[in-house]
Amino acid sequence: MEELSLHILDVCQNSIQANATLIELFIDDDVINNTLTIEIIDNGQGMDKETLRKVSDPFYTTRTTRKVGLGISLFKMAAEATDGELNIESTIDVGTKIKATFQRDHIDLAPLGDIEDTLVVLALNEKNVDIHYRHTVFGQTFEFDTRQIRDILKETPFTAPGVAQWMKEYIKEGLYNIHKEEAK
Amino acid sequence: MKSLDDLKKIRDNAQKKVTMRGKNDGIRVLVGMATCGISAGARPVMNRFVEQVDKKNLENVTVTPVGCIGECAIEPIVEVLVGDERTTYCKVDVDAVDRILKEHIIGGKVVDDYVIGKYRV
Repeated sequence: MEELSLHILDVCQNSIQANATLIELFIDDDVINNTLTIEIIDNGQGMDKETLRKVSDPFYTTRTTRKVGLGISLFKMAAEATDGELNIESTIDVGTKIKATFQRDHIDLAPLGDIEDTLVVLALNEKNVDIHYRHTVFGQTFEFDTRQIRDILKETPFTAPGVAQWMKEYIKEGLYNIHKEEAK
Repeated sequence: MKSLDDLKKIRDNAQKKVTMRGKNDGIRVLVGMATCGISAGARPVMNRFVEQVDKKNLENVTVTPVGCIGECAIEPIVEVLVGDERTTYCKVDVDAVDRILKEHIIGGKVVDDYVIGKYRV
């Protein structure tokens, strides 16, 4: 996967599979400490110690359609390629927290890519799992929360005409604005 | 600048249309969005569907991400459900999306070039 936002999509799909009702995605682009941190926190079913130990092994998967599981191992590799690291904490019935840290100016840091596309795909998930996204760049923050969107839409579904396109542009503009502040 | 007020307008328009049309029984497009699908390009495929469905005002079409169906080697996989009729397309790219929309979803004719039977019997 060429973009970090694709890894994020992949890991968040795990949270949906784990019956989470809320996924929190925090991205912190910290120029001063030269780190990019991606945290994904869900309130899904969690994993026991044995599963947690195996999860970054590419030959472990919970799915029954094939025998390898690459999602977490690929994300870990992307972090380690920048001299960063990936940590997972998980508690049964509480949820799972994944924290990936990247060295910001490392030549092997993959671009974040089209995070708005990732968020739109996630927002359209069939189980109505909510997504809370917070992106900080140089102290400027943009937030997007599907719970707020759901409140406004009331009984209108996320799949209604125009909603996805609105979300995409809203996120794009929000991110553009916080990056504009950084450039000043 | 997109605002939350714009979203309220989109909601109000959608509500009006639903009451005019009655029950929303339409065509469903399911896009495989597991590790295999994502690495093969499922996200741009899904986004193309979402964008074009919106652009062409196909109000009876909904696009949803789903898990893996076990044919990882021929991802991205897209299923189109029209009533009880299910068509499985594989190795879908952006050009295939445009054909599926034009020929199948709008035109009502399955796009043989991408159906799974071409790859798996």
